[in-house]
Amino acid sequence: MPQIEKNGVKVWQVRDRKSQLTRWGMWFVLVLVFVWSWQVISDNTLWALMGNVGEVTIDITSRAMPPRWSYMDKLWKPIWDTLNIATLGTVISLMIAVPVAFMAARNTTPSRLFVRPIALLIIVSSRSVNSLIWALLLVSIVGPGVFAGLIAISIRSIGFCAKLLYEAIEEIDENQVEAITATGATRWQIMVYGIIPQIMPAFAGIAVFRWDINIRESTVLGLVGAGGIGLQLSSSLNTIAWPQVSLILLIILVAVVISEWVSAKVRGAII
Amino acid sequence: MLQLNGLTKVYSTGDKALSDVTLTIPNGQVLALIGPSGAGKSTLIRCINRLVEPTSGSAILDDINITTLGAGGLRKQRRRMGMIFQEYALVERLTVMENVLSGRLGYVGFWRSFLRKFPQSDVDAAYRLLDRVGLLEMADKRADELSGGQRQRVGICRALIQDPSLLLVDEPTASLDPKTSRQIMRLICELCEERGLAAIINIHDVALAQMFVERVVGLESGKVVFDGGPDELTPEVLTQIYGEEDWEATIEAVDEEDNEGADA
Amino acid sequence: MTAALDVRLGTVWKKPPFIKKRSTRILILVMVVIYVFMATIGTRGVANYLAVFGIVEEGFKFGVVDRYLTGIDVNWSRIQRGMARGMQFIGGFFHPDFNTHWVDIKQGMYESVVMTIASTVVGIAISIPIALGAARNIAPLPVYLICRFIITISRALNELIVAIILVAILGFGPLAGFITLSFATIGFLAKLLAEEIEDMNKVQAEAVESTGANWLQRVNFGVQPQVMPRLIGLSMYRLDINFRESAVLGLVGAGGIGATLNTAFDRYEFSTVAAILLIIIGTVMVLEYLSGIIRARIK
Repeated sequence: MPQIEKNGVKVWQVRDRKSQLTRWGMWFVLVLVFVWSWQVISDNTLWALMGNVGEVTIDITSRAMPPRWSYMDKLWKPIWDTLNIATLGTVISLMIAVPVAFMAARNTTPSRLFVRPIALLIIVSSRSVNSLIWALLLVSIVGPGVFAGLIAISIRSIGFCAKLLYEAIEEIDENQVEAITATGATRWQIMVYGIIPQIMPAFAGIAVFRWDINIRESTVLGLVGAGGIGLQLSSSLNTIAWPQVSLILLIILVAVVISEWVSAKVRGAII
Repeated sequence: MLQLNGLTKVYSTGDKALSDVTLTIPNGQVLALIGPSGAGKSTLIRCINRLVEPTSGSAILDDINITTLGAGGLRKQRRRMGMIFQEYALVERLTVMENVLSGRLGYVGFWRSFLRKFPQSDVDAAYRLLDRVGLLEMADKRADELSGGQRQRVGICRALIQDPSLLLVDEPTASLDPKTSRQIMRLICELCEERGLAAIINIHDVALAQMFVERVVGLESGKVVFDGGPDELTPEVLTQIYGEEDWEATIEAVDEEDNEGADA
Repeated sequence: MTAALDVRLGTVWKKPPFIKKRSTRILILVMVVIYVFMATIGTRGVANYLAVFGIVEEGFKFGVVDRYLTGIDVNWSRIQRGMARGMQFIGGFFHPDFNTHWVDIKQGMYESVVMTIASTVVGIAISIPIALGAARNIAPLPVYLICRFIITISRALNELIVAIILVAILGFGPLAGFITLSFATIGFLAKLLAEEIEDMNKVQAEAVESTGANWLQRVNFGVQPQVMPRLIGLSMYRLDINFRESAVLGLVGAGGIGATLNTAFDRYEFSTVAAILLIIIGTVMVLEYLSGIIRARIK
């Protein structure tokens, strides 16, 4: 226990003086960085316009209520599209993520020097870029529409699924694999009997988890023209049709709650 | 007949796990491999079916040199060597039947095994083996629902359905209670006798080894330091293998247990 | 035993199916197949195929569902034309252009970094009391329900949608982005932290309670030491997420590098796009590396 002498009396302290100083130093730096950040944000904000924020909020809210229920008729198709982008996107990404994961896992990769780095590169580049940016890119390549959104979601999901899956593959029990190897099984038989049964629960969990995320993401893809309900949101915003905006936001909220409920149920059933 | 000639294994870390092991195991002989942890027992049996690649030396099973085989040839020879593991090494999420039938993988093509369409003769053989070890009713249970002793029985079935001529057994009783340990050891030895199988059994428990086998090989730091019958295991020999300890108690205990067994 | 064996010998063995009931199995399969067809080629596509096989007449319509259950239109000629652009994009990565719009990139990155830091700090500061309130084992029921409600709302609303609303209210600029990210941080951090508090070791907290400590002292001595490492780890992770998100908030006018990126896409300046993406990826990797080090340190 560090003790210091204060006026001739020994005082107990939790930390000695040096680590105490480093701690204060770290807090000081943190506060400094935060103050600086806030300063920059503040400089880039027109505070003069903030005076009537309350009024604006009340104004928008009153205009958005009640939601325009009749607009619902135009929303069924975008809702269907959104569901399809998320579901098919998850399926497509899984089809690609599985081989990538096997190539990236240390214990199953065909070659650590050549194949593994390539697989890891695919995972990193797919993961680092937000699905909306992928959508932006794909809209400019394949044109606006559901197809661009589908591909964007698929590409973004590959990295996510492959990363979680290859971590699961690296954590399998090697004894079981060894036992199957010892029977004289071929490489592919070892895969089917020794490895796949072990990663099945992880695989199902990842698939459902990603589907849940994809539902959320596909609701906003339309903002950049990549199909789904975001398209209606974007056009309603552009025409300042607040009652339609509030209806769409309500639907998105419901969709997210339902998808979370479904994924929780499915996960519970599998594990 | 299995012949090991100068089998040596040096791991990439520089640890010498086996040095110059030479042994001959005639057909139908059950041999216990004893020695302290890290003596190279596991490495030795894994060098025979090349789950671990030996650095030098050779293992010859009925005139076929296993150490020089290519991938295809090795798979063919692995079919003739059934292996039983310490932690059972069953594929936990597959059924008992699938685990047993996985012993036939070396004989069945990929698609048949993928679709679980094994030949009827294999299915019947699996049923017979499960009946022999008393687990027929468990055939469609998942392996992770079984107790330790039951799992090891399934492991034995998986090894035997390969129709091997040699069993490699790695610490079969290390995770089991004393009673189940004896039952499992008795089962393995009975099955070897029924089928005229040779077996190499790695075992910690000296007393258990003495009870069941006809030949004991002692391994210490990767070298064979003892080779003889179970009754030749004197305190001096055990000290040589394991180091200084009061061995009289161990050996006496075995004698008593044996007498008990005879009485019952 | 032998009798049981006799019964089984010669019988076909099949792997027990995952779904036990045969009718359920078939129903699920049929539904999946129908869904895949509806989702990919739509009812009209299905009608076309059925017509080819002569099952229905040419030009058959399913009726009103044709309007809703559409498949995915793929405009192959448009894709063919777009392929050239795709190649340009990939080519952009081989000669990324940092110079032409360097001033814009710098400004965008500056804003993104600032938004990330400020929103993470504020988000954490608000998350901690909410997490305490959302942990059933230390908070009274009314507080618990309110805090859980805040978390649910924050998690259900996509960052981009929050940003759109805030831009409408506050106008363009990083303030909207900052508030958006702070709000999103609350949902993420408070939820995970609350779960951590609920899972923590009861005995330690009880030991402190038995000394007669008040609520605040209990939190300080019984709870805080147990969840601190997790809090730091999660905060680092959230810093990483906030940066990635800040890169897209610019698309809706909420400040940051996203605006620069959007402009570059609009002008088809793929070399600049590549440069910006490389900067984002690089920053993300540096952040991941740093958070890895810090998390390993505190363990």
